[in-house]
Amino acid sequence: MKAILGKKLGMTQIFAGDGRIVPVTVIEAGPCRVLQIKDKARDGYDAVQVGFDLNRKEKNVSKQMLGHFKKTSSPAFRFLREISIEGFKEGEEITVDIFAKGDVVDISGVSKGKGFQGVMKRLNYRGGPSSHGSMFNRAPGSIGSSSFPSRVWKNKGLPGQMGNVTVTTKNLEVVDVNRERNLLLVKGSIPGATGNYLIIGSEKPIPAKPVKES
Amino acid sequence: MNAIKTIEEAFKKEIPHFRIGDTVKVSMKVKEGEKERIQAFQGVVIGRKGGGIRENFIVRKVSYGVGVERIIPLHSPLIESIEVVKKGVVRRAKLYFLRGKKGKAGKIKEQTL
Repeated sequence: MKAILGKKLGMTQIFAGDGRIVPVTVIEAGPCRVLQIKDKARDGYDAVQVGFDLNRKEKNVSKQMLGHFKKTSSPAFRFLREISIEGFKEGEEITVDIFAKGDVVDISGVSKGKGFQGVMKRLNYRGGPSSHGSMFNRAPGSIGSSSFPSRVWKNKGLPGQMGNVTVTTKNLEVVDVNRERNLLLVKGSIPGATGNYLIIGSEKPIPAKPVKES
Repeated sequence: MNAIKTIEEAFKKEIPHFRIGDTVKVSMKVKEGEKERIQAFQGVVIGRKGGGIRENFIVRKVSYGVGVERIIPLHSPLIESIEVVKKGVVRRAKLYFLRGKKGKAGKIKEQTL
């Protein structure tokens, strides 16, 4: 299991060796620093906390966080996440080196927020005819039967918030790795806008936290 | 320079100057099984589209009475060379009207110096 934190820089296209055009997303991945190891005995689950992106002034960091960074004598990072990796010690660096050309990765990020949207945009309902006197245009239509069940079924698709949720795109091919500039080129698109923070990993990069017992 | 520009710049090639209406001979690498050879495609440039690494151009020729057009990525590694055979005089950026013309009407005036 390998994972790293990164930032989406945008998309472009490159030529494969045989002249085919490959659409790629450019990701600035790492260098990340391991800030804390969480283990099952003390925290209830195994995870590694890593930090990424040094573009942050120390005066903007809370005292608590500065103390946390001090433990591993690290600078103040902007983006901290727990990832599911093994074999790292506190204070160690993770670089793009962990990935190689041809690897398959899963990438998680926050998708672009679209706000409160209707069913046609959000759920691809067909809506009604827009002309010829039709008064049924973009509405969802019937949302269920009458006396049974006398309520709306759970998970019935209705208007609501669209986007701005964590999305994982799976099985993306690593097209190129640039060690000098910490760049990762991945085939195809990934969730979110340019500048979004991402978790890049093979298999399951995000650790499963235990359910709290009440 | 930002990362994306650097990546794109690395794929860019030196392109000889040619314009819409010019007749060009594009030598392209063709792979047949194991062997690789050069195949020339000669025709009139009827359009250029896109910018940077994404730029394409369209070459049209009439082969045995059938019009053939190829859309070629300008920076494609399959292009061996681009050679300007004739310079044409046109007033349009896209010469799509050539598609409907036959014989002499489909000819482009050559630039004379």
